[in-house]
Amino acid sequence: MAFTFTAFCYMLALLLTATLIFFAIWHIIAFDELKTDYKNPIDQCNTLNPLVLPEYLIHAFFCVMFLCAAEWLTLGLNMPLLAYHIWRYMSRPVMSGPGLYDPTTIMNADILAYCQKEGWCKLAFYLLAFFYYLYGMIYVLVSS
Amino acid sequence: MSAPAGSPHPAASAQIPPKFGGAAASGAAASADPGSAPHQQNGPAQNQMQVPSGYGLHHQNYIAPSGHYSQGPGKMTSLPLDTQCGDYYSALYTVPTQNVVTPSTANQQPGAQQMYSRGPPAPHIVGSTPGSFQGAASSASHLHTSASQPYSSFVNHYNSPAMYSANSSVASQGFPSTCGHYAMSTVSNAVYPSVSYPSLPAGDTYGQMFTSQNAPTVRPVKDNSFSGQNTAISHPSPLPPPPSQQHHQQQSLSGYNTLTWSAPGLPSTQDNLIRNHMGSLAIANNNPTVTGVDSSSTTSSASPMPNSYDALEGGSYPDMLSSSASSPAPDPTHEPDPAPAPAPASAPAPAVPQPSKMAKPFGYGYPALQPGYQNATAPLASVVQPSNPVYSGFQQYPQHYPGVNQLSSSLGGLSLQSSPQPESLRPVNLTQERNVLPMTPVWAPVPNLNADLKKLNCSPDSFRCTLTNIPQTQALLNKAKLPLGLLLHPFRDLTQLPVITSNTIVRCRSCRTYINPFVSFIDQRRWKCNLCYRVNDVPEEFMYNPLTRSYGEPHKRPEVQNSTVEFIASSDYMLRPPQPAVYLFVLDVSHNAVEAGYMTILCQSLLENLDKLPGDSRTRIGFMTFDSTIHFYNLQEGLSQPQMLIVSDIDDVFLPTPDSLLVNLYESKELIKDLLNALPNMFTNTRETHSALGPALQAAFKLMSPTGGRVSVFQTQLPSLGAGLLQSREDPNQRSSTKVVQHLGPATDFYKKLALDCSGQQTAVDLFLLSSQYSDLASLACMSKYSAGCIYYYPSFHSTHNPSQAEKLQKDLKRYLTRKIGFEAVMRIRCTKGLSMHTFHGNFFVRSTDLLSLANINPDAGFAVQLSIEESLTDTSLVCFQTALLYTSSKGERRIRVHTLCLPVVNSLADVYAGVDVQAAICLLANMAVDRSISSSLSDARDALVNAIVDSLSAYGSTVSNLQHSALMAPSSLKLFPLYVLALLKQKAFRTGTSTRLDDRVYAMCQIKSQPLVHLMKMIHPNLYRIDRLTDEGAIHVNDRIVPQPPLQKLSAEKLTREGAFLMDCGSVFYIWVGKGCDNNFIENVLGYPNFASIPQKMTHLPELDTLSSERARSFITWLRDSRPLSPVLHIVKDESPAKAEFFQHLIEDRTEAAFSYYEFLLHVQQQIYTQSGYGFA
Repeated sequence: MAFTFTAFCYMLALLLTATLIFFAIWHIIAFDELKTDYKNPIDQCNTLNPLVLPEYLIHAFFCVMFLCAAEWLTLGLNMPLLAYHIWRYMSRPVMSGPGLYDPTTIMNADILAYCQKEGWCKLAFYLLAFFYYLYGMIYVLVSS
Repeated sequence: MSAPAGSPHPAASAQIPPKFGGAAASGAAASADPGSAPHQQNGPAQNQMQVPSGYGLHHQNYIAPSGHYSQGPGKMTSLPLDTQCGDYYSALYTVPTQNVVTPSTANQQPGAQQMYSRGPPAPHIVGSTPGSFQGAASSASHLHTSASQPYSSFVNHYNSPAMYSANSSVASQGFPSTCGHYAMSTVSNAVYPSVSYPSLPAGDTYGQMFTSQNAPTVRPVKDNSFSGQNTAISHPSPLPPPPSQQHHQQQSLSGYNTLTWSAPGLPSTQDNLIRNHMGSLAIANNNPTVTGVDSSSTTSSASPMPNSYDALEGGSYPDMLSSSASSPAPDPTHEPDPAPAPAPASAPAPAVPQPSKMAKPFGYGYPALQPGYQNATAPLASVVQPSNPVYSGFQQYPQHYPGVNQLSSSLGGLSLQSSPQPESLRPVNLTQERNVLPMTPVWAPVPNLNADLKKLNCSPDSFRCTLTNIPQTQALLNKAKLPLGLLLHPFRDLTQLPVITSNTIVRCRSCRTYINPFVSFIDQRRWKCNLCYRVNDVPEEFMYNPLTRSYGEPHKRPEVQNSTVEFIASSDYMLRPPQPAVYLFVLDVSHNAVEAGYMTILCQSLLENLDKLPGDSRTRIGFMTFDSTIHFYNLQEGLSQPQMLIVSDIDDVFLPTPDSLLVNLYESKELIKDLLNALPNMFTNTRETHSALGPALQAAFKLMSPTGGRVSVFQTQLPSLGAGLLQSREDPNQRSSTKVVQHLGPATDFYKKLALDCSGQQTAVDLFLLSSQYSDLASLACMSKYSAGCIYYYPSFHSTHNPSQAEKLQKDLKRYLTRKIGFEAVMRIRCTKGLSMHTFHGNFFVRSTDLLSLANINPDAGFAVQLSIEESLTDTSLVCFQTALLYTSSKGERRIRVHTLCLPVVNSLADVYAGVDVQAAICLLANMAVDRSISSSLSDARDALVNAIVDSLSAYGSTVSNLQHSALMAPSSLKLFPLYVLALLKQKAFRTGTSTRLDDRVYAMCQIKSQPLVHLMKMIHPNLYRIDRLTDEGAIHVNDRIVPQPPLQKLSAEKLTREGAFLMDCGSVFYIWVGKGCDNNFIENVLGYPNFASIPQKMTHLPELDTLSSERARSFITWLRDSRPLSPVLHIVKDESPAKAEFFQHLIEDRTEAAFSYYEFLLHVQQQIYTQSGYGFA
């Protein structure tokens, strides 16, 4: 039972994933509000856009941590999402500020549905990842 | 599940009325029901709507909600009514005919009218009152004509079913039938006596009206039905046309209907009424803003008013229109009839899958009934029975369309079910049919509703759906592979529009739907919303009908009688006091702009139209110019001359004197005029080549944000300084690339953000781009797209070198400056529960799922909406769509314009195909393709377009099992689909392989997004006419002018002969192509040159020559021009001149280097279908 770098990575990832879960929930709520007309898309995009990059960076950050810790399986599980984030950000609409969401197209039913689905999928992924990291952390702590 | 075409099952055969007769048949069936006897008044009521249109003042004739269309919609062959109706009648038709897209309800209207008219005659005969009719007929005054005409029509109609079928079959083949209507009229005359209608003279008149003997196809019915008001309009006689019109007009609102019948016999009554009308009219004139004329005694009032701009905004009515302004007048004949007052249970709800024609006891209570029904009912009831035999004659009728689930039950006794398949489902072998294009314009199909609903339905000019039969489930829609969506033209110029002033605007409490003709009244006190099905209370105020001054008849209120109405909104509908009209002009004055010389034209136009700018006494106006600096003009009242203030700090723009830059138009008029006179010459020697558009727009935004309003930006080059500067992105070598077209999207989001800011401050930005080189319209257009502005583009504009563009700018400006405008608008589109909005197309900002924010709304803006079916619609037989446009008029009034469209729901694939509105579908597809090319790529969009045909035709092929699989089959309703898609693929926006400048392409895309359907269709598929041999055959009359109606030619060089001259109408531009061997007579008499060689290369006007052929050509072109808001430019193109490429690129059926010919395209589609089905069957 030793507190290794790997165990630290898992603990950090655990905490950060908890944050990401909040991000995902926030995202889902925001799009639900859009769909039910509670919010103006301009305001909503203004609140959502600043959160996009932090989310991606947090995720990328602990991916790098796992890389350093040589946790290949965990890294492999996270690679698809990382790749998706990179692709998503590359194909964002033309905009000067950071972020992904364009208030003029966000109300398009296809995009709205896509964003909602994306939110749910991410939430599921982060939840599973959360328990996986918990397991991973305990496993590392116990086995070393 | 899918009934094969031709199935005897009623649902399967329920179709769009393929032709007139079809409508008539269903109408006949309707009136066979005793309960519907009261409908007899419908005919006239519909006519009423058309009256105003006859005035011809507005090209966009408003056809009142009930629709009435002069043309048979379903039939592509429908020929202008003019062929049969003579001088009198044609004038009326002119207006509808001008609109390419015509109202389709017409069909059924005439039908309805006729059959309804059937009723009344009988009583007359029976009651031995023929004498009065005789008198009427013989006196032959216009009044009488209007009354008696229906008889003749009735006669035609009922006695010659065989004739109809003959005609229709001919028509459907697209061949001219030369004798049809002749036979008709003969028959009518012959039959007359036997039916013993004394009004024979009317029939004679009718007979004499024919101007042409060989009308290609026959539409016998409709002329008749409209004859009533026709006379009134175009006839030169001084005798009161207004009465009859007014009379008609009145009907839907004030219960005059019976007068149609009684008038001839009782001239004195009629006079009386006329006086009433006139009286109230005068009030309306005096006090135009008080729309409820007799508001003195009421809390609410309503009156139909002509919607000429002035009238609406409170100006005085033009004289001509005045007669169409009807207002509530006491109805002497009305008082006695409440006897058959509404039975308590009066719910023929649209939502209730019950035939809307009620059994007699309920008939009175039907909310959709015209007010006047009750008058007629009593006498008519006895007639109904006798008339039944006549209806049975319709069994032979080739097409009839029993309502989806509704009519069939009620028609059971009439054995109408066993009819052959409807025309719109007739399979057409596309590869073999050489002439798919009809000779006459294609009209919108009429939704397959029962007669009452049809009559009330919204005009297809304002509101169209791609599928007039809505599929029950998304699965069925997916199976049909057709786009489902709405095409809207909500702020169209209307000639007549009921305007309602009321303290409480009645709306559904849960979904906020405005009360409309398709709601059902459960009893007197409650109504059921047709969108969410909630039961609402009828407010006390609504119980009183200001038009009839009667109490307890909520279903007769104008809101419930018209599907297009306008409410004057109370302060509940305002977030702030209504804003004044504010106009700001932002002008490019760099070297490039001065060189192009647009300033002279603009200033001149402004000076001319300064007084006509829409607005009230608060109207404000301001000017800014910019090059590398920004110039403001202080026009504060009291200054001796305009003061120019220069701001050179373009990185942080500020307003030098915020209060005096936007000034009151009337207080500072002299200064403004001084400035406009000085402006064109102020910058003549400028050396400044830079353009700081971005900072200028930021300044404009600051200036406008306290009030909102309209910013008009004139730009002549790429913005090169400050925020929003752009680089040239176009590679000229890629212009004709067949692969990738890049840079269709914006380069920066500066303009989009600015537009959103502007939109938030209720400011719209209109862009006039007049440039000779690439100006990155894709980026600049964003400023208008998202602020609900409009975009005008004049490529290679130069005031002297390119006079045709200069002339176009001048004319466009005139329209732009004087057209109606609505400020701080929002538009909400609601639809029946189960349907939902998917995507919107047009210039606006989408603020929530069904709410569009429109800083400005103009009458030339069109919108499209894609729909999806979220829940199955099994528990309803009708769906409704409602758009509500809330805006501030230029007079500072808050108004709500509401359109409601009602469509049937079907559950079989065949019905879905039968109801396709191919023009609407193609316009929606074009919109979707624009989105696709921007978000994905142009080639994706092109593939999607081709797939749209392949999918829908192969889906159709698999539903119709008995077809040869080798042939490319399409239902008749879809037969133009491949042609239109090919036209789209060859349109500037989507073409590849042909050199197309990026700005031209982007502009074409912008137009597709923002044009209303009528204009967009011309852009996609131009009309080609041969004009060197115009004759008066089939001519129509407009404002005392004879307008020839040459047949449409297909867009192929095979139709061009060297001996001819052809006119191509591409919407915004006209080409006249003169063949090398063209008859010298034509060149001399029309073009004014002795021979072909002497015609100059650049010719943009037809000289006014005093020859018959010149007159005909000019009246035809003028007539075409009048039908659109922006005057098109005319180019005369000689064969052999280099300009002819411009003309030939529009011949879309021909092969080009880069694109298929129509036939090749069909083979390509067939190939694709074959490949697809190959997988399916293997």
